[in-house]
Amino acid sequence: MRADGTPHEVVVVGAGVAGLVAALRLAKGGRRVRVLAKGVGATHLTGATVDVLGYSPERVGSPAAALPGFVAAHPDHPYARIGIGVVDEALSWLKGHLADPRYVGDTGRNFRLPTAVGVPKPSAVVPQTMAAGDVVDGKSFAIVGLPALKDFYADLVAGNLALAGDGIEARAVPVGLDLDGRVDVTPPAYARRFADPDFRAELAFSLRGRLGADEVVGVPAVLGLAGAEAVWEELEGRLERPVFEIPTLPPSVPGLRLFDALMGALRRAGGRVVMGAPVVGAEREGNLVRGLYTEAANGRRYYPASHVVLASGGWAAGGIEMDGSWAVRETVLDLPVCGVPAGARFLPGYLDHQPLAGAGVAVDRSLRPVDGEGDVVLANVRVAGATLAGAEPWKEKSGDGISVSTGYHAAVSILAEEG
Amino acid sequence: MEDPIRASLDHCVKCTICETACPVAQVTPLFPGPKYEGPQAERFRQPGGSVDHSVDYCSGCGICSQVCPQGVKIAELNSRARAQLKAERGAPWRDRVLARPGVTGPMGAPVAPLANKVMASAPLRRLLERTAGIHRDAPVPPYARRSFQRWARGRRSDGAGGGRRVVYFHGCSTNWFEPGLGRMVVAVLERNGVEVALPSQGCCGLPLQSNGLFDPARRTLLRLAADLGAAGGQDAVVASSTSCGLMLKREGREILGIEDGGLRAMGERTFDICEYLLDLHDQGALDTGFRPLPMTVLYHAPCQQRGHLMGTPALDLLALIPELRVVESVGGCCGIAGTYGLKKEKYPIAMAVGEPLFEQVRQVGPDAVACDGETCRWQISAAAQRPSVHPVELLFRAYGLDG
Repeated sequence: MRADGTPHEVVVVGAGVAGLVAALRLAKGGRRVRVLAKGVGATHLTGATVDVLGYSPERVGSPAAALPGFVAAHPDHPYARIGIGVVDEALSWLKGHLADPRYVGDTGRNFRLPTAVGVPKPSAVVPQTMAAGDVVDGKSFAIVGLPALKDFYADLVAGNLALAGDGIEARAVPVGLDLDGRVDVTPPAYARRFADPDFRAELAFSLRGRLGADEVVGVPAVLGLAGAEAVWEELEGRLERPVFEIPTLPPSVPGLRLFDALMGALRRAGGRVVMGAPVVGAEREGNLVRGLYTEAANGRRYYPASHVVLASGGWAAGGIEMDGSWAVRETVLDLPVCGVPAGARFLPGYLDHQPLAGAGVAVDRSLRPVDGEGDVVLANVRVAGATLAGAEPWKEKSGDGISVSTGYHAAVSILAEEG
Repeated sequence: MEDPIRASLDHCVKCTICETACPVAQVTPLFPGPKYEGPQAERFRQPGGSVDHSVDYCSGCGICSQVCPQGVKIAELNSRARAQLKAERGAPWRDRVLARPGVTGPMGAPVAPLANKVMASAPLRRLLERTAGIHRDAPVPPYARRSFQRWARGRRSDGAGGGRRVVYFHGCSTNWFEPGLGRMVVAVLERNGVEVALPSQGCCGLPLQSNGLFDPARRTLLRLAADLGAAGGQDAVVASSTSCGLMLKREGREILGIEDGGLRAMGERTFDICEYLLDLHDQGALDTGFRPLPMTVLYHAPCQQRGHLMGTPALDLLALIPELRVVESVGGCCGIAGTYGLKKEKYPIAMAVGEPLFEQVRQVGPDAVACDGETCRWQISAAAQRPSVHPVELLFRAYGLDG
């Protein structure tokens, strides 16, 4: 309890998708919530599609149809822990909070959207600005190339797309839309320029007469930061054809939009965010965490907590680490890590089943961390996102699906406890 | 690697998250961005022989270091690179003057009416721009007729037996431009039973540091720490300028590289005024007998405030005031960055950086903008044509201390 008799905040560790979804759900549920983050999460690096289940191990057409068999075969997977009903509930809730652009789709059917190299990737819920890129047999694509955009090659995208199904035609359409003669322009720099109506008109004008009647038009995902949905609608109207965005290499504009949308909603709901402040310690009492310490300019700062949502990421973000003596640890609360193989940790083939890949924190049905015996270690902690054990998101194509549904479930489970 | 700041560049995975957050790179191609300027260029930097051309366009806001998920000290690396550039190629005399408010203050204040007339005269400002490179429209506050130090001299603070004692580090701007803020800080602390020591004190060296003049910055900061320490022993130091408070807390060590046990210890007992008051509240020791303030304020956390890594204590304090409606700013940086936006060649960049914030102020139309940083307040007031206050002023008024 605080001095004024109200309960302490819920403290969320991590500002990636899992942490922000958990924080927003808690704030919308009426809880005081504070996010403590070492830095920005992976939103800025990814295409910001919500991939629920893409491969198992064969390509999945319908996650809803595949998930019952998948969780039966993977009882330690996060989806199996929270139950597949939660996945749909979390996705519906998220879609209700994203407006610019809106997100479309559900677990009934995967889109197959071209990546930055033109290879289709299965995704269940996607920004509306990308949906028309769904790769189906017999479709014709025109891929727009912007002259100064870093790391985006329309020829490469079109070449790979043409191999992605029967009767698919795809070609590159370069345009001369540079940015004041600059070279190596990043996606956000192009995106900011799309706030200018003249620039948008120029893109449409430069495509006039160059598109086939049946072609859908792919553009790199730079159609504006704020107001992207309107930019996309305007371009579809001017070209009189479906238009879709193709994710780029980082920095990812769709990821920036998703981050801004979640942060903005969280702020408006009264949530607080401390960025750049890594958690460096915890105050414990029995099987409870009473509060967390972060690094601060004058040493460290203490944040009392009623509950903690740990969404600090996995191997990539430093939430799970392996040191020089091969010891694996969870870096924030030193929770038990399960799934560390006794024998070989890595296999030579990049896309082999890597034995270490599923290592992480094991949890119970309400995402509380458990030890090797299955006993709850910290009763007021929930774990969400890439810190969890039992998933191989890069092979399954399940990363943001796990982050959204476990972040949501962590919040709901805390709200339920409060009554 | 000789120190942790430089060693941190090895943690850079080139993810470009800092590039998306840099307010300067978003508005001008003259600054290529924190990743290129920081961890990438750092690989080419040797002692002696600066390789830099564009690093002086970094405004030093520090946002890049805060958003980095790998803990790379990007802003600190770039500050040091700027200092090496200035050390080798020299700094314009304009920068040397702007960097010394502790020298210009005593010159301007005694002739405040004249100095203020000069700075308010459009023809003279155009002349100043041509001769000195200070932009004609840059926000320059008027000198106060009576400095805070003159008010404080010989004053005895009364903690009313509360048993808490602090040293007040008021900074140059409070002394020469906003002495009223200093008096409000003292009154709010005393209202809460805190006895306030008000030692004579100089500059913290931040403007010297941000202009790349590290040697005088180090001397200036250590002199300040000695003055504050002599007055307060081991008492906590409370600062009402967030950027200057950050010099004591961290930047003297991390950017200027000062290895001094006394400075480190003082940094650990230094608190921003809002941080200190919120800690009092968490201990149940803050007087919450606030009168209603039926008004709307837009709260903007300055970049250096965020560098304290303490959250936004001002928001929690303002939430205690009945009928006060607080809107949080969405703009990241106001652009001014201390003395950056005063300079002729950088003023347009500073205005472009701040535009999203100014636009929000114009749309919300608050009765006032609340902001912890002095140069940010001046910039926002000038650009968005709204009054601005330090959050403490709202507490002062809600206590009914304004009579």
